[in-house]
Amino acid sequence: MKYDSQPTLPAPASTIGAVGWMRKHLFNGPINTIATLVLGYFSIIFLWPVLDWSLLSADWIGTTRNDCTSDGACWVFIGQRLDQFLYGFYPEAETWRLDTAFFILAALIAWLIIPSTPRKGWVATFTLVIFPIIAFILLSGGYFGLETVETHKWGGLSLTLVLAVVGIVAALPFGVLLALGRQSDMPIVRSLSVVYIEIWRGVPLITVLFMASVMLPLFFPEGMTFDKLLRALIGITLFQSAYMAEVVRGGLQAIPKGQYEAADALGLGYWQKMIMIILPQALKLMIPGIVNTFIALFKDTSLVLIIGLFDLLAIMQASANDPNWIGFSTEGYVFVALVFWVFCFGMSRYSMHLEKRLHTGHSNRA
Amino acid sequence: MSTEKSQHKPPPPPENSTKFWHDPKKRAVLFQLLLVGTLLLFVLYIVSNTLNNLDARGITTGFGFLSETAGFGIPLSLIEYSETATYGRTFVVGLLNTILVAVLGIIAATVLGFMLGIARLSDNWIISRLAALYIETFRNIPLLLQMFFWYFAVLRTLPSPRQSVEFLGSYLNIRGLSMPAPVTENGFSFVVIMFIAGIVATWLLSRWADKRHDETGKTFPTIWAGLGLIVGLPLLAFFVAGMPVSLDHPELKGFNFKGGMTIIPELVALWLALSIYTAAFIAETVRAGILAVPNGQLEAASALGLPKVRTLRLIVIPQAMRVIIPPLTSQYLNLTKNSSLATAIGYPDLVSVFAGTTLNQTGQAIEVIMMTMAVYLTLSILTSIFMNWYNKRMSLVER
Repeated sequence: MKYDSQPTLPAPASTIGAVGWMRKHLFNGPINTIATLVLGYFSIIFLWPVLDWSLLSADWIGTTRNDCTSDGACWVFIGQRLDQFLYGFYPEAETWRLDTAFFILAALIAWLIIPSTPRKGWVATFTLVIFPIIAFILLSGGYFGLETVETHKWGGLSLTLVLAVVGIVAALPFGVLLALGRQSDMPIVRSLSVVYIEIWRGVPLITVLFMASVMLPLFFPEGMTFDKLLRALIGITLFQSAYMAEVVRGGLQAIPKGQYEAADALGLGYWQKMIMIILPQALKLMIPGIVNTFIALFKDTSLVLIIGLFDLLAIMQASANDPNWIGFSTEGYVFVALVFWVFCFGMSRYSMHLEKRLHTGHSNRA
Repeated sequence: MSTEKSQHKPPPPPENSTKFWHDPKKRAVLFQLLLVGTLLLFVLYIVSNTLNNLDARGITTGFGFLSETAGFGIPLSLIEYSETATYGRTFVVGLLNTILVAVLGIIAATVLGFMLGIARLSDNWIISRLAALYIETFRNIPLLLQMFFWYFAVLRTLPSPRQSVEFLGSYLNIRGLSMPAPVTENGFSFVVIMFIAGIVATWLLSRWADKRHDETGKTFPTIWAGLGLIVGLPLLAFFVAGMPVSLDHPELKGFNFKGGMTIIPELVALWLALSIYTAAFIAETVRAGILAVPNGQLEAASALGLPKVRTLRLIVIPQAMRVIIPPLTSQYLNLTKNSSLATAIGYPDLVSVFAGTTLNQTGQAIEVIMMTMAVYLTLSILTSIFMNWYNKRMSLVER
């Protein structure tokens, strides 16, 4: 006797395709069906006016508030003030310098992000060491015939980016040193690092900014003055280096103990071991953590408006108080929120993607 | 190492064969001495500069200013405060206001965050998508911006006091929400005593129930009995004492409301922003905690025939909470630290009142900033002590 198996029947029509998906994810059981219907109703009721206000009946073209005739959002306000939102009070003839600096930065970051590009080590070193010098010369001027632009004219999105990028790049070396200090065998070095890290992580950024703007001038001799931006940057760097240290520590702890032992067995000294063996591996693992700290710092840069710097949020508020444009603050808030959102969401997706790619499964923690 | 060497008695090294900088131990001592020395010099440099600068500006150091009269008003105070109070009093008022908004924010953020975290894991597509939309929207927008939105774009559009929206004896306007305030009369302390007695009785009851459960396996509805004790006893006392609470109604006098109690819009904006922002982070924590419970646990529970609700209560929640609580406490700490943004919209918290107005009036920058930082630092140290204790208590004892 020989048995022929019957050909497999297709799945029932109610479990596949759009219908099957809806039965499984929207209407499985009475409670879920009610929840779907109620929530679906409310999301339409709520989202439709938002959509209508922001896109369908919004005003896009024009030059003054009189061009905003419909009930919807008045994006004319944003359009008219876009230059200020991006560049602050930077002289109009010189804004190409900001464009160039941020274009170079974008290109460098693209190079580092795209997996197939060669010589990442050199590009990363260039970004962290040479680029800040180029950017400083471009932004503040005073060299090579570039006109000096004082920092109180900086503002808008470019200031937000300057604060966040400088905060991270300057905090990185301090963070590495502090993390190494925290893991050191020397008791004084270790306790000093711990105290530093815990103090800065324990206080809110705003008190640090207050401290930088009120106390810093007291710390140095009479003649020595720092401008407001530099004070904010010093505060942010001190604060951020503590957070960076914890990220670096996480990276160091993820390196298998065998790597340390192998380096010791080869007779490498402490700094040789760290620079040639441990840090290159650890830094790679730290990138998601660094991106996450960067996101937090990027959002926190908006606090500088409290000490009187005009970042993107502050400059939007100033514009919304302009008598010609009064009453359009909601548009302003939505626009600024969207800018922040795009940056933060993009970066958090990238960091999640990296975490997945770096998760190679051989990290037996030391 | 050194004891080993002394036991083996190695031959004395030839003189000058190793320089002292080749000995890692001596090098470490030297390096640390140099570090401490440099740091001390730096601190001395800063201290002497600061003293010179303060001298030049005619500011005396020390905490004497705390007993001077402040002379400025604070719109919200949980304790007796007037313009004749001292600067020390402004510190306490600010601190209490910070605690007030932090506690309110923590309660709201926890409730909202847990709901969202569970909703994010729902089978229902629309529920989980809406939760994801909420989380991704609010955690990627700066807190300060959200606060400004609630304060300037929403609450500033409320009507003036004369056009207040009236409901249930309360008045909503641009100055806030004026509500009837409960005034306690004689005999209210009886209610408070019964409330405390209810808590104590519940605690004793739950100990007895646990003991009986361990010995006999019989369960006791502790939650319902406890709820009955904590709510029922004070309620009973309230009626027995003849309802010793009267209401003080707000009245419009001139341009503002007098009497009753007023919830100022700054508090509402700060509270909304803090809870909505932190809830997004708590939701992610809760989701991660629930996902961290291995699937095998759920399968084992269903193999034992536990119904869904008891699986959740006895298997999932206890194991998930172990993972959730440490990051949850650090979110609470973040919320408390973030409440310092109050200064941007004028809610009178510690930073706004003390590190703002008091600092500007007295010029005692060093003392004021140090005291403010010390408060936050104490909170964060207490939190980390709690977390270490909790982790130790909760860490799985593995075989």
